[in-house]
Amino acid sequence: MTPAQNAPQTLAQKIIARASRQPRVEPGQIVTCQVDLVLMHDSSGPRRVKSRLEALGAKVFDPSKVVLVSDHFVPATDPESAEILALTRRWAQEQQIAHFYDMQGICHVMLPQQGHLQPGMFLVGGDSHSPTGGAFGTFMVGIGATEMTGVLATGEIWIKVPQTIRINWQGQLQKGCSAKDIMLFLCARLGMNNNYKVMEFGGSTVDAMSMYERMVLCNMSAELGGKTGIIAADQTTTDWIRQTGQPVAADALSWHSDADAPYEAVHTFDASTLIPQIAAPHSPENTHPVTEFDQVPVHQAYIGACTGAKLSDLHMAAEVLKGRKVQPGTRLLIAPASLKTTEAAAKDGTLATLTEAGAILLPTGCGACAGMGAGAIANGENCLSSTSRNFKGRMGSPESNVYLGSPYSVAAAAVTGYITDPRQFL
Amino acid sequence: MKRNLTGSAWVFGDNIDTDVLAPGAYMKGSIAELAAHCLEAIDPNFASQVKPGDLMIAGDAFGIGSSREQAAQALVELGVSAIVAKSFARIFYRNALNLGLPVLFCPELGVIKPGDQLQLDLTSGLLHNLSNGEQFQCEPIPEELMGILEAGGLMPFLQQRFSKSGSKT
Repeated sequence: MTPAQNAPQTLAQKIIARASRQPRVEPGQIVTCQVDLVLMHDSSGPRRVKSRLEALGAKVFDPSKVVLVSDHFVPATDPESAEILALTRRWAQEQQIAHFYDMQGICHVMLPQQGHLQPGMFLVGGDSHSPTGGAFGTFMVGIGATEMTGVLATGEIWIKVPQTIRINWQGQLQKGCSAKDIMLFLCARLGMNNNYKVMEFGGSTVDAMSMYERMVLCNMSAELGGKTGIIAADQTTTDWIRQTGQPVAADALSWHSDADAPYEAVHTFDASTLIPQIAAPHSPENTHPVTEFDQVPVHQAYIGACTGAKLSDLHMAAEVLKGRKVQPGTRLLIAPASLKTTEAAAKDGTLATLTEAGAILLPTGCGACAGMGAGAIANGENCLSSTSRNFKGRMGSPESNVYLGSPYSVAAAAVTGYITDPRQFL
Repeated sequence: MKRNLTGSAWVFGDNIDTDVLAPGAYMKGSIAELAAHCLEAIDPNFASQVKPGDLMIAGDAFGIGSSREQAAQALVELGVSAIVAKSFARIFYRNALNLGLPVLFCPELGVIKPGDQLQLDLTSGLLHNLSNGEQFQCEPIPEELMGILEAGGLMPFLQQRFSKSGSKT
């Protein structure tokens, strides 16, 4: 049965309808969308699409609509990665890509930091954490390299209109809890097989969150298996856009789900009863309250990546580490998410707090999270990481163990040398 | 494209992720090098023993994790002819079709043992376990997407479109 033309819609439906130039679309329909902006990085980008575009005899559909970020193989650690970065630079120049950020930060952080996002946009990104952009009221999905070739050549992509799952969080988070704990909790509660669903977040907890924290919710929608995550824009969103120096689109606040939108499911959780969460190896789904981990030794504490090394994440770590020292036998590595993050953390004293505690600063980039830069872990070692994934072998040896936690929890483990409830330090 | 596939079964569980399919440490090298390490964290024999034409059987969320296309490309490189799973992670699903690798949903998979001889009809979605006689109905690949697969993947599909229109936009 086809719903009436004025039947309530989800935010995802509205954006897809606009991008596919249809009055409205219904879940299950396969439609072709015009892409407003494309995000690419050095790993899945030019080195994978250049020769394919050439084989097609095609050019980039609109170089002003492409944001290219070198963040994976940075800085180069060997001749192979140096070549990948050089090829990325050459291609950016050849194709006259309007927005190329070379070793300035991680793509999912650069996109909002540089003011590229406006509510209601339809975007694709050549990376699975592309849902991060949904925190700004956009519909943004991750795609692979061949698909990217098609988008670059045509400016279009087919998409199956998804169902939306609404996730409400109400009340105030406890001290020592963060958006990361919410997402780890949800990975255990909802599982990682919410394939093809949009995760729409709301409720008073989300309303009170900073954009940085909202980005974590949408970012880790990827771990729930979702097509993307999305949060309708509000004053916090428009304030962010303004401080990037960009004007706010006139219709920014009109992009939201209707009352009585046809959600496939609605879940409501109480934020005030959530305690810090830790994912045990080898899946984010394997999450338990921190209180259930008994003296698990941590050889490496890692704060990094798009999920866990933004300015707010460094602030959380500094709150725990202020006046404390990293435990001998444990190493604390911190790779800030962008150069601007490092700059801001230097200005407000956060970096001094972290380095006085004994933290080792690593270059900005995806780094050890993706098993690519410095910070690999050895056979039998445990790493507690503020990143998003702990699949087997992701950060080094297939026989290593990655645990996931919030920046508070990672910092607390750095202080004690084992998985620790951070609330005792706050 | 062959519509009727026959080969031996490789059987995996739920949540086979892109880090085990395409380990980050080998992402810089060629596809052949990367493919040699495909799935080694959970089955060290897979890459050396899988034969062209073999089929993969898996549980839920096959290909979860990264958008790295090499996860599907490594399987193509090794000659895997199709993957039948209870469900797929969405980016992996698209990547596989775009590379011409048939991927089929089969919510009710019965008993399939490693090495069983399988026959898969891509048109009807019928999966026949020749070793024990059991048959399972997979969801056929949607018509909209069959065109891409028939062409051999998105690149040959786009080549048809670009050569027809003569467009270079």
